[in-house]
This record gives sequence, structure tokens and C-alpha cells, in this order.
Amino acid sequence: MSGGLFDIPSDLQNTYWGLVGMHLRLALVPVVAGLLLALPISQLCVLMRWLYPPVLWITTILYAIPSLAFFVVLIDYTGQSELTVMIPLGIYSLVVFVPAIVDGVRSVPQETLDAATAMGLGPVRRYFQVQLPIAAPAIIAGLRVATVSSISLVSVGMLIGNQGGLGNLLNDGMIYHQPRLVWLSVIGTAVLAILADAFLVLVRVLVTPWMPRGNRKPRPVDEPEPEPRPEPAAAALEDAVR
Amino acid sequence: MNVVHFVNAFFSDNAHWHGYDGIPTRMREHIQYSLIALAIAAAIGLPVGLLTGHTGRGGNSVAFVATAGRALPSFGLLVLMFVLLGLGQTPVMIPLVVLAVPPILVTTYEAVRSVDPSPVDAARGMGMAEPRILFQVELPVALPLILSGLRSAAIQIVSTATIAAYVSLGGLGRYIVDGLYQRNYEKVVGGATLVAVLALVTLGFFWLVARFTVSPGVRRSN
Repeated sequence: MSGGLFDIPSDLQNTYWGLVGMHLRLALVPVVAGLLLALPISQLCVLMRWLYPPVLWITTILYAIPSLAFFVVLIDYTGQSELTVMIPLGIYSLVVFVPAIVDGVRSVPQETLDAATAMGLGPVRRYFQVQLPIAAPAIIAGLRVATVSSISLVSVGMLIGNQGGLGNLLNDGMIYHQPRLVWLSVIGTAVLAILADAFLVLVRVLVTPWMPRGNRKPRPVDEPEPEPRPEPAAAALEDAVR
Repeated sequence: MNVVHFVNAFFSDNAHWHGYDGIPTRMREHIQYSLIALAIAAAIGLPVGLLTGHTGRGGNSVAFVATAGRALPSFGLLVLMFVLLGLGQTPVMIPLVVLAVPPILVTTYEAVRSVDPSPVDAARGMGMAEPRILFQVELPVALPLILSGLRSAAIQIVSTATIAAYVSLGGLGRYIVDGLYQRNYEKVVGGATLVAVLALVTLGFFWLVARFTVSPGVRRSN
């Protein structure tokens, strides 16, 4: 080993960029799965209001279970595999997605819904073409929190048989006394999180062209256009910081 | 089924209830680390959050702290501090505190800032001094959210303190990490159960605190 910056010990049986890919796969697949699962759950909560508080409670309780405990209990069912890491991460993401989507969909004004109905949209098209797009900023705000926390949590998977993406470097850093490997892991993970966050901000700008871009140019006062909606439930989303 | 069997075996083994590696000792350690970390994090996050929220200034820095706190990988930070600073409680406390400050700070800031301005103006009009406005008007209204920030932080600390067993800290994570090395799945699952129970107790504790400290008027309006 002649000491290239990204050289890593061969016992990991991977390259640095291979680990980056693994890290992204382990972090992002659960978030996407969580989002797909949260959409129907949230819609049920919107349709049946009494369902929302218990669903919130269940997600909060599941979210409170420490990741390592969650992983090791699953080992008995799914072995020391990537699935063992992905399942808890997907379940954690629900605590962010369900409130984000429910609040986002509920915030659609009644007049807008009436207008959509009057234009002849059925409930399904109304959901996909009116409610979801209007809720998109809220959903993407949730997506950002879920993605970033998921990326930072993946490393723990190292403890259950090197299923931790960049986290796998941490163990080698310890046993070979190579702080460089630990730095590579920590900085790499943080950079991935920041890049993913920036990417999602970009996505939001692209999919919601009607939203004001950034806060730099305030709209003229005389326009009755809605002021930029406050980042939805920013404080509630803070719950997901872990 | 299997897991239940392992959990039963772990808790019915008398040897797990005594001595240096006994459940009471490990539980006490875990709670102790968590309380210290939470106290330090609250001592930093609460005053700064109350102040920035009250004055409404520093929102950008708070947002930056929030993003940075989220992006930092807790486990990586633990190992990094351990590699750099060596054995001891301080290298573990630093990441625990660093990770707990952002949720406390950010929710406190958000909570105080988003208090309805009319009662605040009314209090100011009645001649209340700024500190009294903060503590007698804004704080009671913001309390539910502030508590939820503390709750997130506490749960995060309990969870990260578990992982900290990997870098030599005591506490309940010891069972999981040692059990994994010894291929003693009974111990692993027993430890996981204890950690999960502690996390849920933390959740319940904050729910109780909120029940008793949040004024009934505020609770009803939510």
C-alpha cells in the first residue's frame, strides 16, 4: 500500500467507491420503500381522522427503538444481510413521512379541491394531480430529513457483519490504528448526506416551479399570491434528527 | 418465537443479575451516561435556543447547526473521537453532546419564535420586562415543542450510548457488542430488549413530564 488517499485495506473486499455505492444503496432503498409505504398509510389517515393519532404513536414508538437493538433482533429472521439494515431504516423513515404527507395533503385548500372536482377530476386523479403536487414541498422536506438521517445511520450496520457501507471503514481504522480510515468514513458520510440534501433541494425547485425560488427576491406586496408557505412542520420534523 | 425464547433465557439466568456485568450495573451506567450527556446538551442548547428564539436573530446559524447535526454520522464521530482521544468517558461524551445539542437548540428556537405574537405584544404593553416575557409568556406556550426537542435528544443519546459500547463504554450496549463477538445470541437479544425498554421508558417519561408541566390551556389549544 503506497498510501493513496482512498486506499483501503483489502479485508473489506471493496474499493472506497464501492463502499460509497453500498452506503447509498443501504440508505436510499429504505427511504424510497418508506415513502411508498407512507403514501397509502397517510391517505388512510387523511380519510379517517381517528386513525392519525394512533399511527403517529406507533411510528414514534418504533422510532424510539435504538438502531443497534433493532438490527440484532432482526438477525434471527434475516441474517447478517443488507435487509437487516434496511428494514429498520425504512421503518424509521415513516416517523418523518407520515406527518409530512398528512399535513401536506391536509393543507390543500377546500376551494382547490372543489375546483378540481368541478373540472371533472375523480378522487384518484384529484389525489395524484392536485393533492400530491401541492403537498410536494412538504413531502420533499420530509424526504430530506429522512434521507440525511438514514445516510448517517447506515454506518451502525458495520456491527452486524460489515453491513455498514462507509461504516465498515471504522472497524478497520480501529484494528489497524489508521485514523485516516476513520476520517474517510466520517467525512465521506457527511459529504454524502450534504450532497443528497442539496440534490433534494434541487428536485424540489424542479418539481414545484410555481414556488418562489429562495428567499432572496420577496414578491411585490400588491400581488395577492400566497407568501411562501413556511417549511411544513419544521419543528415536528426535528423529531427525526438522530 | 425464537427471539422470545432467547429473551427468556437471558433474563432467567441468575448470573445476569449480579456483579460488574449485571443488568442493574449496566442499566445504571447507561442511565448515568445518558443523563450527563442530556444535561450538558440542554445546558448549551436551551439558553441559546431561548435567546435566539426570543430575539428572532441568528436563524441562519441555527439552521446551519441543524443541518450539520443531521449530516454528522453519530457512529463515525464516536469512533473518531475514540481514535483521536483514546480511552475514557470524555471521548464518548463529546459525540453524545454534539449530537444532542442540535435537536434541543433547533426545536427551542422554533418553539419560541413561533409563539403567537399578540400575547407577547400584550405582555410588553403591560410593561413586562423582556426576561419575564420570555419565561412567563413565551416559555409556557413553547413548552410542548421544547419538550419534544429534549425528547428527541434523549432518545438519540440512549441509542448512541448503546453503540458507544463498541468504543469501550459500559452500559447496556455492552451486552449487544460483547454478545456479537462471543456469538452469544441470547446475550445480544437480551441487551437489545433492555435498550428498547429504556428507550420506551424515556419516551414515557417525557410524555409524563409534558402532562404535568404543560399548562392545561396550552394543551387544549393544541
